[in-house]
Amino acid sequence: MKTETCKLLIIGAGPGGYVCGIRAGQLGIDTIVVEAEKPGGTCLNVGCIPSKALIHAADEFAKLHSLSGENALGISATAPTIDLAKTIAWKDGIVTRLTGGVASLLKKARTRYVTGRAKIIDGKTVEVSTSDGALRISCETMVIATGSKPQELPSLPFGGKVISSTEALDLQEVPNRLTIVGGGYIGLEIGTAMAKLGAQVTVVEFADRILPQYDAELTKPVAARLKELGITLYLATRANGLSKNGNALLAEGPDGAVEIPSDKVLVTVGRAPVTQGFGLMDLGLTMDGPFVAIDAHCATSMRGVYAIGDVTGDPMLAHRAMAQGVIVAEHIAGLPSVWDKRAIPAVCFTDPEIVTVGALPNEIEGSKTTVFPFAANGRSMTMERSDGFVRIVFDPKNELVLGFHAVGSAVSEMSGEFALALEMGATLADIADTIHAHPTLTETVQETAQKALGRALHI
Amino acid sequence: MGISIIKVPDIGEGVAEVELVEWHVKVGDLVKEDDVLAAVMTDKATVEIPSLFDGRVVELGADIGETLVVGATLLTIEHADEGNATAPDTDAAAASPVAQKEPEEKLPEPAPRAPEPKLPPAAPPVAGSARAPRAEGAAPLASPAVRARARAAGIDLRRVAGSGPAGRITDSDLDAVFAAGPAAVAAPKPGRSRREGAEDIRVVGLRRKISESMSLANARIPHITVIEEIDVTAVEDLRATMNAGKGDKPKLTMLPFVSAALCRAIDQHPEMNAHFYDDEGIIRRHSPVHIGVATMTDKGLVVPVMRHAESLAPFELATEILRLAEAARRGKATRDELTGSTITITSLGPLGAIATTPIINHPEVAILGINKMAVRPMWDGAQFVPRKMMNISASFDHRVIDGWDAAEFVQHIKTLLENPALIFMED
Repeated sequence: MKTETCKLLIIGAGPGGYVCGIRAGQLGIDTIVVEAEKPGGTCLNVGCIPSKALIHAADEFAKLHSLSGENALGISATAPTIDLAKTIAWKDGIVTRLTGGVASLLKKARTRYVTGRAKIIDGKTVEVSTSDGALRISCETMVIATGSKPQELPSLPFGGKVISSTEALDLQEVPNRLTIVGGGYIGLEIGTAMAKLGAQVTVVEFADRILPQYDAELTKPVAARLKELGITLYLATRANGLSKNGNALLAEGPDGAVEIPSDKVLVTVGRAPVTQGFGLMDLGLTMDGPFVAIDAHCATSMRGVYAIGDVTGDPMLAHRAMAQGVIVAEHIAGLPSVWDKRAIPAVCFTDPEIVTVGALPNEIEGSKTTVFPFAANGRSMTMERSDGFVRIVFDPKNELVLGFHAVGSAVSEMSGEFALALEMGATLADIADTIHAHPTLTETVQETAQKALGRALHI
Repeated sequence: MGISIIKVPDIGEGVAEVELVEWHVKVGDLVKEDDVLAAVMTDKATVEIPSLFDGRVVELGADIGETLVVGATLLTIEHADEGNATAPDTDAAAASPVAQKEPEEKLPEPAPRAPEPKLPPAAPPVAGSARAPRAEGAAPLASPAVRARARAAGIDLRRVAGSGPAGRITDSDLDAVFAAGPAAVAAPKPGRSRREGAEDIRVVGLRRKISESMSLANARIPHITVIEEIDVTAVEDLRATMNAGKGDKPKLTMLPFVSAALCRAIDQHPEMNAHFYDDEGIIRRHSPVHIGVATMTDKGLVVPVMRHAESLAPFELATEILRLAEAARRGKATRDELTGSTITITSLGPLGAIATTPIINHPEVAILGINKMAVRPMWDGAQFVPRKMMNISASFDHRVIDGWDAAEFVQHIKTLLENPALIFMED
């Protein structure tokens, strides 16, 4: 068996692992990243990026579709058609470009990259099965960055008609009838795109509303848009499995049993950490439920073993994993980095989009909430999208901003301002007194702060 | 609504000025009649000044450490009645020993302020380092750049107060921390760490008095210190015997025996029980032996005086020492009890070390220091025997006491303590 040694070994080249690898390389740490699939992890290959590509294509398609009929803009277009296989190939091109970019960034940082499945022997040793045979790597420090995978339902095992988000982002044609089990952000993002592309979409959600992690106010504009797009919602409904002939999803809701005819059943009921099957559990690390427990340096209970990203729990977001990757690399290099983030923005690319950063209304005792609608924003009207609002949660005692939320078209780009304001410890006055360019959607953020201070102008 | 001025009262005993040592109130405080407003210090006694009115403090008249003449404005109080500042003849004002009939006309000139220290000020203590700068568990508010700078310097931002909006810690707040030394707010780390910075402590009140007397004594008096070892086995045996049968009397310590021995030695050496007024060129030998007993209190060293020690028997000495020490520690010693000593004894008890170099209590000419007692092997001419040994360290004003006399005096004390019967035998 071939052997290698290094100072830092990273298992997994997703957003957490590859960022950790790049940063460690920059800091002169002798580093190896081991990845079983292509670099980039879920995010680049089967998550964030592919889904956004699909959503973009669907939006373009829907726009043309809407212009093919009677419209206020006075544009007449012919009804569009789509060759989804071509769309997916375009998406794959983007993914290839990005994953190739990751590989070259690692190379530039002089971090070694090994393709193969790693098995942990002990806290300082892994065995990788590569195409050239087994490779044993000894390291001083190990980072577990194995990520997460779609959660399976026992009644709906993946395979055949039952697909996960991975397969949904690789469909070669638009299914006629797509049933989605799980009304969270992954299911709704893909469901909305497919509905725009012409699929007849049904969403089955166990909770009594969609996006149950958000409050009802925030999800109302999304629910309204789903209705406009003709998506059928079954709320408070449990999916029980496929019908005998496999052509329908059997579910049970408040109105009794339903049978939903389906060509594809997409199960998006959450993501589970990847902790099994590669020797991780044999290390006997302290766990936090199904996740690996970590401290503010992302250190696990075993000296020299760190964990980052989805395997360490919620929120399972690429940008959290990246920030953790940087902290671990710098910590190992002896820099004083530590997890002290005040805000992890979360974006839901539904239509309209939802951004949340910081505290929700009523989450912190004594906090107050101010809302400003996009209906009072000029730029929104020129984009034909004045649904949604910006909301600020603040502490009335010192006017410190505690949370931002927005629901509306293209509000994902506001997440940077929101997160920056929270990290900087901004007060209402900081935002209200900052000039926001006219005419943009972000004026609404300034107006919300002004309204909270009792000096809104455009309402 | 009226404004009343509370003045420094006449404390009596001919005191013309006092030093402000402590404020019990601050501007904005509501006070009731008889609430203590401040503490001032005369020569050695601290006096608390009560409020004469109910009301709200609007102004403090002086800073801690300032010297105020009797009648100077101490503070100003706003209250519901007519104030004495405009209408001086309220009952309260009349009852007050300091109230003046026409305060505006008779207001004495403010006392000269104590000179500001010429020292460059030490970096101010980091704001909030003494108390928690924010509620328990509340995260410190600071931008990522400020956090990174703090981290790199090992500063725990939880212990830094923020001056920005909503208590945000700004870059200049960190500058202040750096100026004070990051150790002031460093995260507690295992092991050793560097400390930086300094703290200025104003020398006021009793500490200033002590400082002045020590400077005076050490600057003016050329000290000669004689150290001698004494076998106190006999006196210890005697002490044990006397304590065994003491009844209700206080327990005898070594101090009454040393005091008694000192009085007997002074009989032979009257030059030791004297004051030397060097300005006048006069040595005043005293007939009574008033022994100052250096006593440690929370606020510092005070020297209550055991008057006419020459007339007291051991248990009387013990009783008096106990009473004076207690009064001194409680700050209840009277002016009389704190002045007029003719010679001083200083003892640190079990902390007494092997030898000390006591500083004479000016204008006295001698001071006797008692060091700690220990059992040591002593050669009796044939073998080593365990003996209880104790050193004494006595300092003398070498201008008026020659080395020979000093040595003789110490030898005399040694003889008395080693043969305690001699202390109590009539000549």
